Amino acid sequence: MYSFDLVRPTSVADATAALKKKDAKALAGGQSLVAAMKLRLAQPRTLVDLSQLAELKGIKKDGNAVTIGALATHAEVAESSVVKAAIPALADLASGIGDRQVRNMGTLGGSIAHNDPTACYPAGLLALGATVRTNSRTIAADDFFTGMFETALKDGEIITSVSFPIPTQAAYVKFPNPASRFALVGVFVARAKDGVRVGVTGAAPCAFRSKPLEAALGRNFTADAAKATMIGASGLNGDLHASPEYRAHLIPVLAARAVTAAGTTR
Amino acid sequence: MPGLPSMNVNGKAVSADVEPRTLLVEFLRDDLGLTGTHVGCDTGQCGACTVLVNGMAVKACTVLAAQVAGANITTIEGLAAPDGTLHPMQAAFKECHGLQCGFCTPGMVLSAIDLVKRHPGASEETIRSELEGNFCRCTGYQNIVLAVKQGAAAMSR
Amino acid sequence: MTATASPIGQSIRRKEDVRFLTGAGQYTNDITARHTTHAYFLRSPHAHATIRGIDTSRAKSAPSVLAIFTGEDLVGVGGLPCGWLITGTDGKPMAEPPHPVLARGKVRYVGDPVALVIAESLHQAKDAAELIDVDYDTHPAVVNGIEALRHGAPQLHDVAPNNKCYTWALGDPTAVDAAFAKAAHVTKLEIYNNRLIPNAIEPRAAMAVHSRSDDSYTLHVANQNPHLERLLVSAFVLGLPEHKVRVIAPDVGGGFGSKIYLYPEETAMMWASKQVNRPITWVAERSESFLSDAHGRDHTTHAELALDKDGKFLALRVHTNANVGAYLSTFASCVPTILYATLLAGQYTTPAIFCEVTAVFTNTAPVDAYRGAGRPEATYVVERIVHQAAVEMGIAQDEIRRRNFIRTFPYQTPVALVYDTGAYEPSLDEAMKAANVAGFAKRKAEAEKRGKLRGLGYAAYIEACGIAPSNIAGALGARAGLFEAGTVRVNPTGSVTVMTGSHSHGQGHETTFAQVVAGRLGIPVDNVDIVHGDTGRIPFGMGTYGSRSLAVGGSAIVKALDKIIAKGKKIAAHLLEASDADIEFRDGKYTVVGTDRAKAFGEVAFAAYVPHNYPLATLEPGLEETAFYDPTNFTFPAGTHIAEVEIDTETGVVSLVDFTACDDFGTIINPMIVEGQVHGGLAQGIGQALLENCVYDPESGQLLTGSYMDYAMPRADDLPKFKVSNTVTPCTHNPLGAKGCGEAGAIGAPAAVMNAVMDALASAGVKHLDMPASPHRVWQALRAARA
Repeated sequence: MYSFDLVRPTSVADATAALKKKDAKALAGGQSLVAAMKLRLAQPRTLVDLSQLAELKGIKKDGNAVTIGALATHAEVAESSVVKAAIPALADLASGIGDRQVRNMGTLGGSIAHNDPTACYPAGLLALGATVRTNSRTIAADDFFTGMFETALKDGEIITSVSFPIPTQAAYVKFPNPASRFALVGVFVARAKDGVRVGVTGAAPCAFRSKPLEAALGRNFTADAAKATMIGASGLNGDLHASPEYRAHLIPVLAARAVTAAGTTR
Repeated sequence: MPGLPSMNVNGKAVSADVEPRTLLVEFLRDDLGLTGTHVGCDTGQCGACTVLVNGMAVKACTVLAAQVAGANITTIEGLAAPDGTLHPMQAAFKECHGLQCGFCTPGMVLSAIDLVKRHPGASEETIRSELEGNFCRCTGYQNIVLAVKQGAAAMSR
Repeated sequence: MTATASPIGQSIRRKEDVRFLTGAGQYTNDITARHTTHAYFLRSPHAHATIRGIDTSRAKSAPSVLAIFTGEDLVGVGGLPCGWLITGTDGKPMAEPPHPVLARGKVRYVGDPVALVIAESLHQAKDAAELIDVDYDTHPAVVNGIEALRHGAPQLHDVAPNNKCYTWALGDPTAVDAAFAKAAHVTKLEIYNNRLIPNAIEPRAAMAVHSRSDDSYTLHVANQNPHLERLLVSAFVLGLPEHKVRVIAPDVGGGFGSKIYLYPEETAMMWASKQVNRPITWVAERSESFLSDAHGRDHTTHAELALDKDGKFLALRVHTNANVGAYLSTFASCVPTILYATLLAGQYTTPAIFCEVTAVFTNTAPVDAYRGAGRPEATYVVERIVHQAAVEMGIAQDEIRRRNFIRTFPYQTPVALVYDTGAYEPSLDEAMKAANVAGFAKRKAEAEKRGKLRGLGYAAYIEACGIAPSNIAGALGARAGLFEAGTVRVNPTGSVTVMTGSHSHGQGHETTFAQVVAGRLGIPVDNVDIVHGDTGRIPFGMGTYGSRSLAVGGSAIVKALDKIIAKGKKIAAHLLEASDADIEFRDGKYTVVGTDRAKAFGEVAFAAYVPHNYPLATLEPGLEETAFYDPTNFTFPAGTHIAEVEIDTETGVVSLVDFTACDDFGTIINPMIVEGQVHGGLAQGIGQALLENCVYDPESGQLLTGSYMDYAMPRADDLPKFKVSNTVTPCTHNPLGAKGCGEAGAIGAPAAVMNAVMDALASAGVKHLDMPASPHRVWQALRAARA
């Protein structure tokens, strides 16, 4: 790891100021960032530890949405009675991120700011039509994930919370990479009053919504409808563990399983 | 500069003048001499470095020492009673032959304690899936699973 | 336990566990020396390149750097040796290219060490390494053994034209040809035995200390055979007197073969420790382990089995291409030959066998013995071709094996080995019972209703362990003896310290060996301490690999115990005023036969050290004996493994729903430990079949599976609960009757699992699949079969 300065601000204002320094980077749980720094793949000059920011914590139901603080750990989301009651699929997603130790440290905000193409949360945010709140604005999930490890966040911008509208039915099914256990493909299906949204992660350089699946499931919310949807392999990832064709094949298969699970959970 | 992480390790208040880049595992091993916490990989997956931070299993190789300033840390050295009596989970690992080379064992035992706290009557299936973050290359896990079950029963007594 | 109840055969809980469970284990990197420095190795980022120059000047002036050494600096340091000479079919010795400790002139694989940086801290050493400027002229690389032999392939070594190390053969090709000519059926098989990365959870580590006071060296190193390490590093590489080098392998966190070898890192550190006059410590980061630990397997094989109309095997013909990597690691040459072709008879009476092996250099990490070493590869060939033959001829899987089992012993195979004893059908029967083979058809039908394919696979394996009779090994090219040594020191108070040349890195020798000693001497197990892993404390040893520790190391201890007991009889005879011949030793007591006059073991020990009433004229005081044991034959553990899988055709996911192993390891000292060894071996064998795969990019030669992100390690939820049992036919030629158990799981499991996968996929029309049977591959195979 390269050397750096560490600051632990206690207010969002101080954190914002600290992040204006050259090569400053925000640290949440560190499960991706510290890992990258160890391998000398990231080299911040200043690390701004957000863990003392009380405003970034907490999980609460807000009318017809659940608002989760950016510093909520995956374990907290997975075990939150609020999330479990309102959006069990989201608790389920969080319960499958990384392993127990990672879930105890890793945070919602850190995960989506990092936007790893194989992370689970982006699929959930897209499918649920979530809204990302930062210290300066709100960003719709559809506009937030802009590319591989890229988001709409500007320099110095800090995610404070994410608001998830409560769907009528939802489920997430992850097909793990046999080695890393990250999502080889993960599909989040959510049905709300205004239609069906399907978020897909792991399959492409950035999580995306599958319009063909949304259309098919919008017409007919059944596993068979999902399975009958053809997904093209073009633009999908190919690597050691899966060809683009295999990923394309898995997307409707997993979507179908998610529809079945959604039917039984809620 | 928060240069001096101070925390409570195995019931003792400790602090050290370390660089911000010092990982918790480095702090424990190199500064405190607690070499029971092991490093088995550099990508945060093997779990040999698992310690309890405020009672929760955490990978000490992927956390800066400064991140856990003020926390209560339990390492493998802090489990047995002062008279040497093993923690029920340690005893169960011995009784069930849940270890061979011993290198993954400290992390495995600490993960198991966290697991049992959350799932007191865990099934074999739950134990296996909850140990996702701990690699063992020697045992094939069978006796580890048995040990966790037996340790869980002993912890509830 | 009382002193009189024999501990042999008891599942005594391990003596070593408390230190491991309390964090008190002392692994190499837990041991520090005052004023130690830290080593970092700069490694080649290229698979194949000429080094035009290395500029270390900027790096040398970086903060807290003590020294930087490159290959050119290591004047007088020899290359790393290979311990086994293979003579080719052309009568010539194998090509043995120089293996420099740090690269000289060329780098030949990604991870090849190029420079050693020594600094006050690891961070500083790494920072400095980034300032080293290596001018590389890169060349095309070849990573596949078949490709490397092709005309025009990149050439690695001047002394190895066409990248060939050797072509070697065993068996009678004429007899095989004749048998094929009259065969009623011939089964053919093309298979690839996937390359694996051992992944002991403790990475390799070393600490080298030079003492100016007597110009001696102490090397702490995570290693399976410290005496062999000392011999190689002192006499063969650094040109140091052996008595000036002490090698300590303290607690070692798993080996699986990967810690047998002499590696560049500790060698360079030892040399450098004198140059910088400071201790040097190093521990591999996992990424370095992936790149630089000796890998395993990587065989491409074409095999043909000739059968008569009743399914009796007439002949087996095998051609194997073995990828040995960029350089010959310590025992690389014997793995695909001596440890492989000799096992191709399996458990069967196949009368004619011919095997030809070509070993090939490629731009990959060196390949050497990994759990099983040659024997898993042999079993995989034999058991997969037997499975396929049975399918093709419509014979049941157990039946084809029964028709061909060896039933009379000793049995001379056509591939050089003499099996001393065995009983294969009982293992098969017991495994089938435990696996509930009778209920399989029902389970398969039930799975089909759920849309799943279910399959059952057998592997009836054999291995040759207890390595090895030194004279036979020598005739086959070994450059070392393969005996074992043991010293039994009875302390004046009757407690016993045993020094063994075997090394425990998870096997539990401190317990099993103590049971052997306690059982023979009739003393409590707790009164016996086993010392291993230190050339400064142990007379000699050849270390632990090839499931040899109990069969060979344990036998050496038994021989030493026999000497102790014999001497004790003389002392007791004197004390009891009887004749030596009238003394018997039983249950920890020396008794005058037919009387109740007796001396306890402890009394005799005390007399030996306080020889006031003692036959000093004819007997030396003291009670300590050393024995060397050289086995007269290999041992032959064998058994049957049965795997049951269920396949989700939609995703290609293979679930291993059941695994049964019935093994014959001869006499068992500690059933709990033996079972644990089987579990671990099975996990590695199943890992090979379903998960693990080392992959290099064919163009760039980069390691694509260079971390746990891409190399799939078996986790707890990847494995079923194994059903493990034993049959026992004791080994006939060692005093313990023990055969060895450490590798069996890794030997039987890959074939059993893959045969189960093939069985499940048969109805879908899939004819071929290589390991690992990953979801992606299975899905592709299913799709191809449908097309």
